[in-house]
Amino acid sequence: MATIKVTRPKLSVGEKIYFGSIFKGMIVTLRHAFKSVMGKSRGADEFNSSGVGITMQYPEQKWDDELPEYYRGTPALVTDELDRERCVSCQLCEFICPPKAIKITPGEIPSNDEWSKVEKRPQEFDIDMIRCIYCGMCEEVCPEQAIYLRPDYIVTGTSRKEMVHGKDRLYEIGGKRIGLVNKWNELK
Amino acid sequence: MKYFTKSLYGGKLHLHNNRVAGLRWARAKAIKTSPTMSEDAPGVTEQKLPKDLAAEKGMVNVQIDGEWIQVPRGTRMIEATKLVGKEVPHYCYHPKLSSPGNCRMCLVQMGMPPRPAPGADPAYDDNGFQEIGWMPRPVIACANTVAENMGIRTTGELVETTREGVMEFLLINHPLDCPICDQAGECKLQEFSVEHGRGQSRFQETKIKKPKNVDIGKNIRLDDERCIMCSRCIRFMDEVAEESVLGFSERGTHTSVTVHPGRRLDNNYSLNTADICPVGALTSNDFRFQMRVWFLKETKSIDLNCGTGCNTTIWTRGNEVFRITPRENNEVNSAWMPDSHRLGFHHLHSDARLTAPMVKKDGQHKETTWIEAVNKAAEGLRMRQASEVAVIASGRMSNEELFLAKKIADALGTDLLSIVPRQGESDGKLVSADRNANTTGAGLIFGTEDPAAKVDAIREGVRSGKIKALVTLQENLLKEAGLKKEDLEKLDHLVSSHILANPTAANSDVVLPGAGFAEKRGTYVNVTGRLQRSNQAILAQGNSRDDWETLAALLETLDKDYKAPASVDGVFKALALEVEAFNGQSFGSIGDQGVIISETGVTIPLIEQEKARVASGQIIG
Repeated sequence: MATIKVTRPKLSVGEKIYFGSIFKGMIVTLRHAFKSVMGKSRGADEFNSSGVGITMQYPEQKWDDELPEYYRGTPALVTDELDRERCVSCQLCEFICPPKAIKITPGEIPSNDEWSKVEKRPQEFDIDMIRCIYCGMCEEVCPEQAIYLRPDYIVTGTSRKEMVHGKDRLYEIGGKRIGLVNKWNELK
Repeated sequence: MKYFTKSLYGGKLHLHNNRVAGLRWARAKAIKTSPTMSEDAPGVTEQKLPKDLAAEKGMVNVQIDGEWIQVPRGTRMIEATKLVGKEVPHYCYHPKLSSPGNCRMCLVQMGMPPRPAPGADPAYDDNGFQEIGWMPRPVIACANTVAENMGIRTTGELVETTREGVMEFLLINHPLDCPICDQAGECKLQEFSVEHGRGQSRFQETKIKKPKNVDIGKNIRLDDERCIMCSRCIRFMDEVAEESVLGFSERGTHTSVTVHPGRRLDNNYSLNTADICPVGALTSNDFRFQMRVWFLKETKSIDLNCGTGCNTTIWTRGNEVFRITPRENNEVNSAWMPDSHRLGFHHLHSDARLTAPMVKKDGQHKETTWIEAVNKAAEGLRMRQASEVAVIASGRMSNEELFLAKKIADALGTDLLSIVPRQGESDGKLVSADRNANTTGAGLIFGTEDPAAKVDAIREGVRSGKIKALVTLQENLLKEAGLKKEDLEKLDHLVSSHILANPTAANSDVVLPGAGFAEKRGTYVNVTGRLQRSNQAILAQGNSRDDWETLAALLETLDKDYKAPASVDGVFKALALEVEAFNGQSFGSIGDQGVIISETGVTIPLIEQEKARVASGQIIG
């Protein structure tokens, strides 16, 4: 095996006495500490912090206003302008869901319903938020523009059952979504 | 392809015109100037043209996408292309129905040798074939038959642009219902539009509106907008079900499938129209919006509602059966199945299922362990004289279960072993008069002509009080067996095995819960003497057990010399050794299509009708 001889770098006298570098670093630290005490931390505005350090004081302070529209938070179902539930329970999201978090029980829309011509809607629609990995595949695969990942990210619960979002909860999070393709229109 | 090779080829695909045959012809041509002069020359067989060689066997030479093969004379072009593994997309064509050729999806390019000028001899190339003159316009592959030296192109610019055009026309008025349509996932329109469609619609106008969600029968829902006018359902009702209630009304782009005014599609074979519908125009009411097909697992099995034993596919997800569809078997059920039989699976998920073994204590049923229940059952039977004990089995039990039932009767020393006859009326198609799935098997295993012969003696014995202990397997005695509740109360010891709670189970001292037809493996012999296999699709509910296990455990308790095998295959192995008709058979040898093991002389009317139609050339079969 070949031997490689490594020569140590030649250090100047200043470098050999390393106290200089220590002081340099100390000054930077002290400058930030001083600014922080004065409530003038750098980046405080961007992080919406109090200025005493740049740590955001979550949950008293939140970053929600900064979240982009495409932020992938909890998946939720939406209704359209006419309050029609857009999901027709085609179960493509259930099929594509990598962690198998979605469970749908399809159902028929009764003939006396205003939207009976759509024929099908979910009877039950459960998303297990313990399983969900926020990948957004369900949103991508949906042919009816019915499921969206909303900017909500606080999903808490004290039991497993509580962590399963049912149909009511999903519509509550999703709300009304306006300006989507209106496939089931008056011509349909 | 399966049925085709079987019926026309005897299962063997014979490819011809390899290089050797071609060279032989070239050599012969070098010696003789004209093939017609070679009649009296030596080595006459060597100089035959491929067309003559094929004609000797009743075949013709066809070139499919450049490959020469021999196919039987009279073969449809679409079937010939299947032989070389080329799929021609089609909608209206179905081998079991007549071919109207109206969907135009199977258009291919065809070519024939040009007609020689008067007096001229046809010219042959080195391989002995004539040059093919391709036709400028496509022809349908489904209703045209092959001819000698014919060429078929299933690809190429002409064919591909034609398909794209036909596909575009079919999609003009087709609604974008795929997310709510039950056919999605097994829809030929979806499949072929992916393969041959354009991707983007050029249609600017408004689509034609037609009736949707029409209630046309008990089991079938019609959606006229989705219909592509292939007419398969109409032809099925005309030709197979023989009740012409469906037809087209209106003209042109307004054409739609309708039921005859004042009538409904309530034939017992109506659900087959949903099976053959290539799109979602006809869907099953029972399966409507239950589950998307891509979630379902298929298990090959057989139907146990009558002696025909239609071959089926059980579609399950998790531990639930969602639907049952017929599976093709040209000797049993063709490709069809009666509605009444395919819908008979809902009891598997009924609330009345018995899910734990029970023993009666002080007039109350108490759930218990299997060991205790079996011991209790055996104890009560052993206490009686052999003449006071009887066993009622069911003609719906598998061969393995009947074999063990016979062994139990032998161990008890009684000859009072019988199945309960269940006679109905044959519908002249697939529903057999014998509503027991395995009467033939019971006869073979019991070694009698009529396995139900002793049921009268047992009934009288119970009524007179002569029989003190009775084992009843999968039979509700208050029904076909003709006993009454007060008769059952005369018994000292009643052991019964059931799937669902019923009055017999309520009166039993020991209740042994069994497995439903989709929850167990087993073999059955149908009315024609065909040994068929049913497979397990789901698990038995709760603590209920496969019936052979229960019977083997009971037999082990009654007969100390008996050692229960590890699996149902072991029971069948013992049965195959002991009963002559089953000799040499195994679960593997039965296969998916079954084997004939006994000559009963019984035929299935629908199969006979189909054979006649194949013989007369109306259908391919």
